Amino acid sequence: MSIIKTNNLTKSYGTCRGIISLNLEVEEGEFFGFIGPNGAGKSTTIRTLLGLINPTSGEATVLGKDIIKDKIEILDDIGYLPSEAIFYQGMKVKDILKFSSSLRKKDCSKEQEELCKRLNLDINKKVEELSFGNRKKVGIVCALQHKPKLLILDEPTSGLDPLMQKEFFAILHERNKEGTTIFLSSHVLSEIEQNCTRAALIKEGKISACDKVENLIKTSTRRVTIRGKVDLNKLEGIRDLSSQNNSTSFLYSGNINELINLLSSYNIEDLLISEPSLEEVFLHYYEEE
Amino acid sequence: MTIIKHELKLNLTSFIIWASSIGALIAICIFIYPSMKGQMEDINNIFSSMGSFSEAFGMDQLNFGTLIGFYGVECGNILGLGGALYASYIAVSILSKEEKDKTSEFLLTHPISRKRIVSEKLIAVFILLTALNLIIYLLSIFCMGISGESIPFKEVSLLHLAYYILQIELGSICFGISSILHKGNIGIGLGISLMMYFVNIVANITTKAKFLKYITPFAYCDSASIISNGSLDFVLIIIGLIFATCFIVLSYLIYNKKDIK
Repeated sequence: MSIIKTNNLTKSYGTCRGIISLNLEVEEGEFFGFIGPNGAGKSTTIRTLLGLINPTSGEATVLGKDIIKDKIEILDDIGYLPSEAIFYQGMKVKDILKFSSSLRKKDCSKEQEELCKRLNLDINKKVEELSFGNRKKVGIVCALQHKPKLLILDEPTSGLDPLMQKEFFAILHERNKEGTTIFLSSHVLSEIEQNCTRAALIKEGKISACDKVENLIKTSTRRVTIRGKVDLNKLEGIRDLSSQNNSTSFLYSGNINELINLLSSYNIEDLLISEPSLEEVFLHYYEEE
Repeated sequence: MTIIKHELKLNLTSFIIWASSIGALIAICIFIYPSMKGQMEDINNIFSSMGSFSEAFGMDQLNFGTLIGFYGVECGNILGLGGALYASYIAVSILSKEEKDKTSEFLLTHPISRKRIVSEKLIAVFILLTALNLIIYLLSIFCMGISGESIPFKEVSLLHLAYYILQIELGSICFGISSILHKGNIGIGLGISLMMYFVNIVANITTKAKFLKYITPFAYCDSASIISNGSLDFVLIIIGLIFATCFIVLSYLIYNKKDIK
């Protein structure tokens, strides 16, 4: 079953572009990455799926239900972590968590206690006394404590220290194994690369690529690093060329045999051919147009 | 129920401050009355010769020599203006503050309908206003009791009832406006209350502006006519409540379809 499915989903703010004819499909149990630069439409997509804003045209289903008609039922099974975790002034962390679970009419005290312990969160503090990272933890507990079927995370790791990030992703992977679908929006590519099974790239309100993360990386493009003096002018398919002292590095998407033939005529000290990082692939998608 | 409780908790501090400020001012007024009673003859004469200034505040028809006459003007202004400002202050921000403080992403991604959010917040406003008026009313009666004056129950009750309805009307209007705003703009709420207050003064001064009485809720709170007629002006009140209902309906329609920023 598709957990998220959008059909030509469009949202425009007056004359401003939000998202244009977005078609996206996330399957049950996936750890799905959603990448794009600021202002590409990531948050607009998420806010539309959550019913905070109304689509201009097109439709979408979440957990097989219509995002407008069955909004409340959908929200019942979703955990959402906003990019800016902001709560009511003057309230203690435990009151926020209790308020959240009572709005859901669920008793989440056991799960809540465990999450707070793992994330090292002091529930007796007032929210305005918390640092950005600690407020984020409150958001994480609110999103996870009711054991939702779908988790929507909007830039979840901003503000968290590396140890906490590790713990957070460990929790996410546990939940994913238990069957929770995870939709992770981020512009930190290593995060997507290390955690997600599939990812979509969004650019100027449109999906520009959507595939398994390994396929996105597994383009014919390779990162080539050479130590030694070479003349690459004859070779086609070179991008992102940089030379430092004696070493040259570039992205190569041409015929690999031609590269080897050319290199064999030079006396080179060292050669490294590796898969490009998602970041490089990602930048390449962006530079294409 | 969850949101009602939540709102009452968030509003508790400001409620205590407003209720005690209004309450204290009214108590002071009642307690100074006995010592001023003797001089009231002169004051009555001064006020009745001040022409349209006295008319503006209804002081030409009220007798300062009686407790209710004094109470009608002094406390009428304190409770009338104070209550109106409080009602518009809480109502104009109660929906829009979620977007202003960016808590909307938290609240509205929980499985509760927008309709229920509007209903519970509206009920919270009504509970706060009812509590404020009950407290002030009981306090007034209590203070009159210990000041040794005989208590004009009927007139005091009618006055307080009129101010309560005024606050409900202004609160409802501001609540409707709150559903449109993306930023909790308290200034708009306070502005509306003050404008209505001055519209009433204008309506009192000149007969040409009598039609304004149908717009401002302060018109049916005119203590002079309430005390001399011994009843409220139900036509004006019904018009006021129709205004209130329209704005409440509007808030449901708008908030249900609103794009949350």
